[in-house]
Amino acid sequence: MNPIVQLQNVEKQFGTELVVKGIDLEVEKGEFLTILGPSGCGKTTTLRMIAGFETPTDGQILLEGQNVVDIPPYRRDVNTVFQSYALFPHMTIYENVAYGLRMKGVPKSAQSQRVQEVLHMVQLESLGNRKPMQLSGGQQQRVAVARALVNNPKVLLLDEPLGALDLKLRKQMQIELKHLQQQLGVTFIYITHDQEEALTMSDRIAVMNQGRIEQVAAPKDIYENPQSKYVADFIGETNLLEVKILSHAGPGVVLDFLGKKLGGRMGNNQAMAERMILSVRPERIRVSKEVDPDWPFALSGRVEEMIFVGSIIRTMVRLTDGMQIFTMTPSQGKASLVKGDQVWLSWEEEDGIVIGA
Amino acid sequence: MQDEPSLSVMKPEHPPKHRKRIWRPRLLILLIPPIIWLSVFLFIPYVTLFINSFWKVDFGTIVHDFSFDNYKKFFTNPLYYGTFLKTLRIAAWVTFFSILLSYPLAYFIHFKIKKNKQLFYTLVIIPLWVSYLVRAYAWKIVLGQDGILNNFLLAIGIIHKPVEIFLYSPYAVILALTHIYTPWVLMSIYTSLEHIPRDVLEASKDLGAGRFRTFFHIVIPLSLPGVIAGATFAFVLTMGDFLAPQLLGGTSSMMVSNVVYSLFGVANNWPLGSTIGIVTLVVVLGILQLTHRLEKRTASFEDGTRGR
Repeated sequence: MNPIVQLQNVEKQFGTELVVKGIDLEVEKGEFLTILGPSGCGKTTTLRMIAGFETPTDGQILLEGQNVVDIPPYRRDVNTVFQSYALFPHMTIYENVAYGLRMKGVPKSAQSQRVQEVLHMVQLESLGNRKPMQLSGGQQQRVAVARALVNNPKVLLLDEPLGALDLKLRKQMQIELKHLQQQLGVTFIYITHDQEEALTMSDRIAVMNQGRIEQVAAPKDIYENPQSKYVADFIGETNLLEVKILSHAGPGVVLDFLGKKLGGRMGNNQAMAERMILSVRPERIRVSKEVDPDWPFALSGRVEEMIFVGSIIRTMVRLTDGMQIFTMTPSQGKASLVKGDQVWLSWEEEDGIVIGA
Repeated sequence: MQDEPSLSVMKPEHPPKHRKRIWRPRLLILLIPPIIWLSVFLFIPYVTLFINSFWKVDFGTIVHDFSFDNYKKFFTNPLYYGTFLKTLRIAAWVTFFSILLSYPLAYFIHFKIKKNKQLFYTLVIIPLWVSYLVRAYAWKIVLGQDGILNNFLLAIGIIHKPVEIFLYSPYAVILALTHIYTPWVLMSIYTSLEHIPRDVLEASKDLGAGRFRTFFHIVIPLSLPGVIAGATFAFVLTMGDFLAPQLLGGTSSMMVSNVVYSLFGVANNWPLGSTIGIVTLVVVLGILQLTHRLEKRTASFEDGTRGR
């Protein structure tokens, strides 16, 4: 089956500044795809180009195989949920939701049925007569979603729709939006800078940085197999070590880290170079006062700090040669280590991912 | 807003409309100068005017004899109520033309001009730097018998002798006052257009409305408060204007203020002048009340549209 949205070498320049630097992206029908990146990485511009509010300076945007670059937003079968919700303040909730149907010339009776249906979907059927101003942030957000879904768009674009909500409500809405998407089977393209949000909701995540897409993959895959230093660092937490490759056999590699031998595996699509980066997730690092004979290698260090954060303990270890490594372990009743302890660190080869510097 | 309880039944939270009034002695001391100023220059004159409107004039002197005669005279003598109605009509036309001129211009400057927006805006505002009197006189030069317009029309042969109706007619008054108040109306409309978030316009387009339907369904309703404020401004100021009719209007287009002026001056009938002043004041206050309510009802952005 063909992807529902395809970006082909899409570029956008504002003045002299290249904001989107030729990106390729394919979104499958019914998929929840998140574009994740820091502010200013070009993710919103990308979304606005799909919606039709910006025209790419180069490249093509295909919607169901048809190039839509020259089609104005009001004739594209995509709808947007704006970060600010952008509800029409002079209209009631009902009128807001019905607006799309009115503009499409749907008869009045069918309008009211459809509006009730969508309002029911977002659990707001009783608030049709209110004005947006009289609603809470979370309710306004639901109205924005309902309004955007009323015309059954092929793709729903969501531009940081939960950014204005407080944490608790945001988490609740994440789940609700995800359920809504699964229920309706509508393709969602979702923009956020919150990696946890992206991991929670998405079928696939496209990590964007400085106008480029660094990696597109399923959440678990992105976490386990980052393909660049940026992705490894941006998604979750990690330790990045500068290493040299000594030898390799299959995916496994033997590395030199400041004169010590370490184990790791090559990341996907990485070119072999002399200097590489080793990424190790903090929760995969074993910390112990004694070296276990099964360990493939061991680094020595001293516990510098232990931070208790409820379910986990973060332990900062200063290696003998000066570098700081942090680890995470589930917190148990008794703390086995204290500040100042001499410890050994190690990890499975599988958990040390080697990527280009 | 805080966390969401169960979704269906929820009370919206209204921002408290009135803060508790706090009276502190120091605040009171601060308020004394404005209170004195307001009483001396506004309150006392209004009260005097009001009282005056019930006296009579006998051989040029004011007789303190309470009666409603002046009001009766105002509402029965066409010279007075007729002038008043004419003033309302002129004010309505000035308001109408000011909006007609400034709305498209404000829309154009705000939405169509990408670069030098400020420059265009300033160009419209610059006439305000010129004294009102100079602007009114300028029209005299343009419209007069030997004025620019007549000479131009003579030169191209449309007319054969200078036309008099340009000047000393209600049209001249409407023209000049429209010219004078248009920048004010424009500023007010421009500000209201500026307050429409870009997102809201994009949302309209996103939902299938082209430029025209977005204009009619979104831009116009949302800029209405600015239009009403500007209209009020032009209308009320025209109601009280007496220079433009004096300079450009001639005797046939006397407005209410000119009548008041002559009653206080030449005719030496202060009580009747006061009566007309009071009637005008009441009508203008009524209009202000009305437009204030309209403005409030149409204002959608007052408390912000987001529940943050």
